[in-house]
Amino acid sequence: MAAEPWEDELTRALAQQFGSRIERFAAYVGQNFLVAECAAVYDIVEALRDQWQFDYLAELTAVDFPSRPKRFEVIYILYSFARNQRIRVKCSAAEGERPRSVVALHATADWLEREVYDMFGIEFADHPDLRRLLLPEDWQGFPLRRDAGILDMDNRWVQENLGIESGQ
Amino acid sequence: MSQTFLDSNELVLNMGPQHPSTHGVLRVILKLDGERVNGTECVIGYLHRGVEKIAENRTYQMFAPYVDRMDYVAAVSNGLGYVLAVERLINVEATPRAQAVRVILTELNRIASHLLWLGTHALDIGAITPLFYTLREREEVLKIFENYCGARLTTHAFRIGGLQYELYDGFEREVNAFCDWFIPKVDEYEELLTNNRIWRERLIGVGILNAADCKRYGVTGPVLRASGVAWDLRKAQPYCGYQNYEFDIPTRQNADTYDRYVVRMEEMRQSVRIVRQAVGAIPDGPIKAKVAKVLKPPVGEAYVSIEAPKGELGYYIVSDGTLNPYRVRVRPPSLINLQALDQMVRGALVADVVAIIGTLDIVLGEIDR
Repeated sequence: MAAEPWEDELTRALAQQFGSRIERFAAYVGQNFLVAECAAVYDIVEALRDQWQFDYLAELTAVDFPSRPKRFEVIYILYSFARNQRIRVKCSAAEGERPRSVVALHATADWLEREVYDMFGIEFADHPDLRRLLLPEDWQGFPLRRDAGILDMDNRWVQENLGIESGQ
Repeated sequence: MSQTFLDSNELVLNMGPQHPSTHGVLRVILKLDGERVNGTECVIGYLHRGVEKIAENRTYQMFAPYVDRMDYVAAVSNGLGYVLAVERLINVEATPRAQAVRVILTELNRIASHLLWLGTHALDIGAITPLFYTLREREEVLKIFENYCGARLTTHAFRIGGLQYELYDGFEREVNAFCDWFIPKVDEYEELLTNNRIWRERLIGVGILNAADCKRYGVTGPVLRASGVAWDLRKAQPYCGYQNYEFDIPTRQNADTYDRYVVRMEEMRQSVRIVRQAVGAIPDGPIKAKVAKVLKPPVGEAYVSIEAPKGELGYYIVSDGTLNPYRVRVRPPSLINLQALDQMVRGALVADVVAIIGTLDIVLGEIDR
């Protein structure tokens, strides 16, 4: 199975509107997605919401690929009630790059972006209140990065807080 | 007398995390002006176990039992979402017999989840009696689970590709008996609550979240349906053969706590309707499709979501072609729904906060993961 190209009315209109800022349209296991440059994502999500009725941001998350030049992939999963259609918007962000927050477009993104920051250390520009969501405020590091090992985290916590070897 | 004596000063009140009405370890910081709530802040994460990180260090099969520990009240739904997502990645469909059993167990679990919600929600509002009744009925569902797979709460009932266990003798009879016995019980709850004056006064007009706000906050499930949007993933994007069953999507228009109560009551009846159809026509055949023992899905990713009792439950799984998932992301309905709490409680009374947390039907295990 490999990703297939995806082309329909929507992709043609988006390609015309955004040109080379959208790298490709594809489908995998029957699910449509587009890959765009990070700086364009806010505009794409806005266009999808206002012109194409993708009015529900179902999910916002990230994946870490340390070997890539831009290590993070940020994923926005949008759904349209009117069209009963899902679309996934993906973009790559380098370490330290700050994708623009979509909280202004979808209030859902507030906690979801905070969680991505909490787990991956990706900062979203213009987020109203970017703090850790699940982990304690004084937590060091970002656990869902691939290079954060669970044994290292365990050892460090046990040594810092209990002053003994963790025995793991 | 000092000048400030009668000034209204804002008061900050901390609620939780050890508060019985927060249904777990939710901490809400309330900003109060007298009895009115001017704002809230939710502090979550007390139950964070790093489930998504654990997934990266387990094989696909090994991770399946972990998902039950998120929404432990509806563990069967969690398991269903996960196995469907993995099945999508490896391009396998469960056998027809497995699909029918999955529907039966998932709908029974929806009933159990709604029953626990109803009992505790009523308890929060001051009605103690319904809790005893709802737990009595929920017990019968849990007994069916126990007879089927040996576990009552964290069932791990499904496997990738189908089921682990064949149905036990008398399964159909027990499920049918439960359905016959249960429908009058729903009427009994309604007799206690629906036209009860205290219940209505406490719920009607409280915690309104209209359809536009639901979409803005990504709120799904009964909360969305109580705002007039007839959206249910079982109908919108059917999975597991839900398109073969007849059932309605209950909706209401007022988007308040009372309407959400009515929607959930009707959902239990609809679940019974689905269970009856499914249990009457369980196809024969194998219970598990052919799935490699050493499971290495091809490189790629998939997002699969189902209609859990609390809303859209999604799994986004990325495979790098190895034994372990590269990334498993869970889209928990409780977390997203809880985010709308601030909007819902603004302007409400302190006592209503408890009602509104209850009506959102959150489970902290799922919020914190």
